[in-house]
Amino acid sequence: MMRFMLLFSRQGKLRLQKWYVSIGDKEKKKITREMTQIVLGRKPQTCNFIDWKDLKIVYKRYASLYFCCAMEGQDNELLTLELMHRYVELLDNYFGNVCELDIIFNFEKAYFILDEFLMGGEIQETSKLSVSKSIEESDMLQE
Amino acid sequence: MPAVSKGDGMRGLAVFISDIRNCKSKEAEIKRINKELANIRSKFKGDKALDGYSKKKYVCKLLFIFLLGHDIDFGHMEAVNLLSSNKYTEKQIGYLFISVLVNSNSELIRLINNAIKNDLASRNPTFMCLALHCIANVGSREMAEAFAGEIPRILVAGDTMDSVKQSAALCLLRLYKTSPDLVHMGEWTSRVVHLLNDQHMGVVTAAISLITCLSQKNPEEFKTCISLAVSRLSRIVSSASTDLQDYTYYFVPAPWLSVKLLRLLQCYPPPEDGAVKGRLVECLETILNKAQEPPKSKKVQHSNAKNAILFEAISLIIHYDSEPNLLVRACNQLGQFLQHRETNLRYLALESMCTLASSEFSHEAVKTHIETVINALKTERDVSVRQRAADLLYAMCDRSNAKQIVAEMLSYLETADYSIREEIVLKVAILAEKYAVDYSWYVDTILNLIRIAGDYVSEEVWYRVIQIVINRDDVQGYAAKTVFEALQAPACHENMVKVGGYILGEFGNLIAGDPRSSPLVQFNLLHSKFHLCSVPTRALLLSAYIKFINLFPETKSTIQEVLRSDSQIRNSDVELQQRAVEYLKLSSIASTDVLATVLEEMPPFPERESSILAKLKKKKGPGAVSVSELEDGKKEAGSEINGGGGAESAAAASNASTPSPSADLLGLRSGAAGIGSATGAGSLLVDVFSESGTAATASSGTDENFLRDLDLPTESSDSLLVDSALASDSTPSSALGSEDPAPALPESDELLHKFVCKNNGVLFENHLLQIGIKSEYRQNLGRMYLFFGNKTSMQFIGFSTTVTCPGELQSQLNIQTKPVEPLVEGGAQVQQVLNIECLSDFTEAPLLNIRFRYGGTLQNITLKLPITINKFFQPTEMASQDFFQRWKQLSQPQQEAQKIFKATHPMDSEVLKGKLLGLGTALLENVDPNPENFVCAGVIQTKALQVGCLLRLEPNAQAQMYRLTLRSSKESVSKRLCELVAEQF
Repeated sequence: MMRFMLLFSRQGKLRLQKWYVSIGDKEKKKITREMTQIVLGRKPQTCNFIDWKDLKIVYKRYASLYFCCAMEGQDNELLTLELMHRYVELLDNYFGNVCELDIIFNFEKAYFILDEFLMGGEIQETSKLSVSKSIEESDMLQE
Repeated sequence: MPAVSKGDGMRGLAVFISDIRNCKSKEAEIKRINKELANIRSKFKGDKALDGYSKKKYVCKLLFIFLLGHDIDFGHMEAVNLLSSNKYTEKQIGYLFISVLVNSNSELIRLINNAIKNDLASRNPTFMCLALHCIANVGSREMAEAFAGEIPRILVAGDTMDSVKQSAALCLLRLYKTSPDLVHMGEWTSRVVHLLNDQHMGVVTAAISLITCLSQKNPEEFKTCISLAVSRLSRIVSSASTDLQDYTYYFVPAPWLSVKLLRLLQCYPPPEDGAVKGRLVECLETILNKAQEPPKSKKVQHSNAKNAILFEAISLIIHYDSEPNLLVRACNQLGQFLQHRETNLRYLALESMCTLASSEFSHEAVKTHIETVINALKTERDVSVRQRAADLLYAMCDRSNAKQIVAEMLSYLETADYSIREEIVLKVAILAEKYAVDYSWYVDTILNLIRIAGDYVSEEVWYRVIQIVINRDDVQGYAAKTVFEALQAPACHENMVKVGGYILGEFGNLIAGDPRSSPLVQFNLLHSKFHLCSVPTRALLLSAYIKFINLFPETKSTIQEVLRSDSQIRNSDVELQQRAVEYLKLSSIASTDVLATVLEEMPPFPERESSILAKLKKKKGPGAVSVSELEDGKKEAGSEINGGGGAESAAAASNASTPSPSADLLGLRSGAAGIGSATGAGSLLVDVFSESGTAATASSGTDENFLRDLDLPTESSDSLLVDSALASDSTPSSALGSEDPAPALPESDELLHKFVCKNNGVLFENHLLQIGIKSEYRQNLGRMYLFFGNKTSMQFIGFSTTVTCPGELQSQLNIQTKPVEPLVEGGAQVQQVLNIECLSDFTEAPLLNIRFRYGGTLQNITLKLPITINKFFQPTEMASQDFFQRWKQLSQPQQEAQKIFKATHPMDSEVLKGKLLGLGTALLENVDPNPENFVCAGVIQTKALQVGCLLRLEPNAQAQMYRLTLRSSKESVSKRLCELVAEQF
């Protein structure tokens, strides 16, 4: 199960945070600070996995954004990488050539897309078509 | 501004975000935010009713501000209003705000629940999904109470849309994790399991997470999922890459589902049904085969997804640990990855091989990769990969390669990252001990460790080398020679001085024949380091000096001179001053005979498991050192180094780890263990030292008054007693409800038995919590320190512990304690002190109930506290004649309890002695006509009465059996002691 997912920029600015366990706000801030420090401090060509307390941090950089997930011990690291990739694909599909600015200005959409894809820290729907379809449908609904 | 205006662009929001981004400073940003907050507040408070769009926009702005890291204390009500809007996007923003900002104990929950109820009943799939998401995001107990009954129905109903089923499955999973007591699967079990057969891949993917979690908790009820999972897996594995349409990811068919299926199967042992098993083995073989096929795409996504399945399949193979062929194939596959150009794969291969190394079928195959792994340790650029390589070397180490591995780790240590040095030191120390055939190698290794990484050598490590040198006389001379040489270095680490001081003080005579290491040379060498050392080390050196006076009378005047100097005898540190005064006095007053007795060579340490291993385990956190490894280490360390099963873990270790510099390094207090030779000197020591009044804890089993005033207030029976109301409802209730204490764990009896012969150690450990115990007893009083360690990275909330005495125990034991702090930070430890008074003899054990919330889930654990009647033993020394006289006096049938039982541990007489001493009785030598037998005597001290007890243990090595006889003046005591003691051998 995923405990949390953070998206932050190379400057350490948090762009999206999703917590799948209940944690106090103070603790969240502390963890976020620690994560950005650890991940931004990694040298290039290191592996994408970090042991952190009893969790495994899996991170990957896409352009100016770092995606960073905390998984429980027995979760599959490689597939977590692909999970982040699929999320990027979904964002890309929706925004068309997604960039950091899209996520800043449409943060609520980024959350909605994530919610279609993951729930309670587990994967809900892996099909790109299905997720994109339901997002589009909900966009239609507003009119 | 980005060109995106998909869906509903909220212009005001975009402008606000731009403004914030244009702020030049933090102050400007705060100013802009405050302005906006004031604006929103006035809009919300204004007389004019806001339309839905504006409300949505403002709520969204608040959300943005919150996500920037600012506190938001209003707007919740408006968000809740949005929930009942008919417009989807308004509802959606409302739910998003609630999910992000509402914590589980908000007062708004009732209102929110109402809105959710309406949406769930709306039959509109989009609304239902939103509501389910909100429940899963907030996941509070109130929500679980409100919806845990409804969601399973939605999940299995025939007319539920697929997308809603997916959300319902994961929503239920979340509720089950936070409030397992509220989710009752019962009637739904079989229909939930059959979701594995669902036509819609998305539904299966979502449902399998739920099924896996439920299977972990109730394996029996969900057993039918095995065959379904195997056939589903088989269909996926054998499908062509296009069969599954959009569930194929970069030419890999359904990687997420495959991995989840393989993980689900890891909740169970290999399938019993031959056909199912055959099919599964076929799947695993296919997966291994596919790894050898050329890739269908060059993209990293393809290889990641494919290898993710491969690693999960290997995990399952390792989990089964029963198919040698597959294990060896897995090992070869991982071997290929060890040299792969992708760092990620090298990392995972090292990690996975680590578990493979512990299987008997693949251990040898893993060992063939030793050179590659050593190379990884030397050349990998990424410290986390090097760390994995070090772990693997540790795991693959056995007698055949120990020297090579230890040497490589030692040389790596010189350049190792600071973050992992301590761990490497511990590992080297453990391996060196575990596989030491030749003890000079062991001593060399540890001294090298201190030389290379002295700062990272914890106390446990150097205590351990001393224990081993003391216990092995074949290595003492070598150790003395080696430390002497090591101390020649102009700058040597303080830990080296400690080891050197201790070993030369004990065994310096073994090298004194060589004029290059004559007594005076040794002394001068040690003393040359004295002024550079900290107080505890200096204290140790002073003790070494007094030992020198005994070993080498010719050094007496020189050493007395040193002790007499102002820098010692008037040292501002009270401990040093006291030692100087006492040792000076002792050396001038006592006759050589007395001196020789007092300063005799240290007796062998009782055997115990290596405290280093425990330390490593603690450092690495859960799972890092597998239990089997620990057990293994214990066994091996015990049998090889000191000859005996691992018992008696803590007595001396706790002595050793007392932080006080006055810890008795020379064992002046060792008489407590009843070692005959010290007893005579005991009283003398008290006399000699009585002026100073501290070292007086010198033992002697009979000196009762002296011990009586130590500890514990006498009014203990009045105040903060265990609440009798609590005590009375402590009868283990079977309900798993959150409010009642859980019934005692099934293994709690076993845990209790572990502590009969020892007072300190780890009582309980799971993946969240570790409970350590230290205790001491005098007369009928005792004090127990409980250490609760949070092993996770998260807080424990609402942490509380309750000690209860069930039934008649209430009138037999009196336990007092104070509540602990309700919040335990991640990685932190809290301590609780129990004061115990034994009123009369007892049989049952008190219960310790621990409750706390971890990640929202209530944990409720009940254990038996290891307070047993033998803890109140006072040893009684007596002569053979007295013993038999009393034995005969206690000859009525009800006074005797006897058991004949099979040995469950090796029958080593030293270990037996250790355990019997640990029991608290005096071990009487030369009493039983048969020297193989053991007899013990002691008095159990309770407030009401004293019960004299005699024990006789007759081992029969041939039959591997024991006969144990206990006699005491009270039937219940004989019986209980007999039960307890019989579990120990």
